[in-house]
Amino acid sequence: MTEYDLSLEAIRMSGVYPERCMKCGKCSGACPSYGEMEYHPHQFVDMISKGRIKELMESDSIYKCLSCFVCVERCPRNVFPANIVEAVRTLSERRQGADRISPDTLTEFIDGDTPQQLLMAVMRKYSK
Amino acid sequence: MVYDYYPGCTLKSKASRFDISAVKAAEALGAEMREIPEWQCCGGVYPMACDEIAHRLPSVRALNEAKNNGRDLLTVCSACYHVLKSVNYDMKNSMDVRSKTNSYLEYEKEYKGETRVVHYLEMLRDDIGFDAVSEKVVNPLKELKIAPYYGCLILRPSKIIGFDDAENPVTMENFIKALGGDPVVYPFRNECCGGYAVAEDKAIAEKKSREIIECAKKHGADMMITACPLCMYNLKKYADIPIKYFTEILCEALGIEADGE
Ligand code: SF4
Ligand code: SF4
Repeated sequence: MTEYDLSLEAIRMSGVYPERCMKCGKCSGACPSYGEMEYHPHQFVDMISKGRIKELMESDSIYKCLSCFVCVERCPRNVFPANIVEAVRTLSERRQGADRISPDTLTEFIDGDTPQQLLMAVMRKYSK
Repeated sequence: MVYDYYPGCTLKSKASRFDISAVKAAEALGAEMREIPEWQCCGGVYPMACDEIAHRLPSVRALNEAKNNGRDLLTVCSACYHVLKSVNYDMKNSMDVRSKTNSYLEYEKEYKGETRVVHYLEMLRDDIGFDAVSEKVVNPLKELKIAPYYGCLILRPSKIIGFDDAENPVTMENFIKALGGDPVVYPFRNECCGGYAVAEDKAIAEKKSREIIECAKKHGADMMITACPLCMYNLKKYADIPIKYFTEILCEALGIEADGE
């Protein structure tokens, strides 16, 4: 599978149209994880539409998104950048052995107050 | 008023006081919450990828149950609300998700997003009315400056969730006023606490949570309220003022005893 095909697959999964982006940068400007990310939401949108998914898949940025939906809220062009970040991360984790957090390492962060909701979210967001 | 009630996983365990206080207060306000039988966990996060059909099934089952019962589907947890509402939006607006989900579930009648998903705060605001809530208050929360914390999931994306103005929400402030309390308006009320990323990187949740708490305190808060057990978990670790579920202060104001974890 070529990198371009993989990018197209991520776009299909995201269900959004990155070509609508007018590169205003509002998504990244509002992103609470901006400082933590190597690639920012507007770059996800830009790079995926140019078929450059590999750098995104290999970057820790895919784990820094909080799914806070601020980028979706602020985008004036209905691009849904968060969906693109999610699609790249999901594709990355669907590769064999690519779980970020597995059921074996799940116990590392659990304490007496951990809500079930967090365990569920972690299984959805960091493993496949 | 009778609602089909979707409690979700955390309200039946770590946040049982959220569930118990919500049900008791609703009863006092003339609303019955009928827990739907055999509900399944919504997954805690909305599956954004459109090919993740299986992860949408628990929500669709609950939504379809409420449709068959002819009732609205009520939730108390912000995360469940966000997931149910987003999946319901897909069932209404995405032909692809709708047809794949329905072919799997094989219901007699296709589910097309007909059910109204209601957050408890919407029930108080739109169905019961804050004025009617106010009339039932026996212990007004006087002299308490309460900072409502919205977080992300109850507000965004507003074009799908539609709970309130995502940039300048007023529902929780009006709720506090209805209980006789003094709401604190502060800019970080709709910022993210770090959410599930706490599992990946504790530092990010600590940074975000501290910023929110400090901002609330700077604006005079004695207490904060939330509608999300994960926000509660993150904020509580770093807060030196009480953080409560919004239903707990509702019970206090209505003079109802409610316990739980
Ligand atoms: S959803 Fe992710 S990418 Fe978008 S603003 Fe929030 S943290 Fe940033
Ligand atoms: S906010 Fe929307 S239009 Fe602006 S750069 Fe981000 S994705 Fe593109």
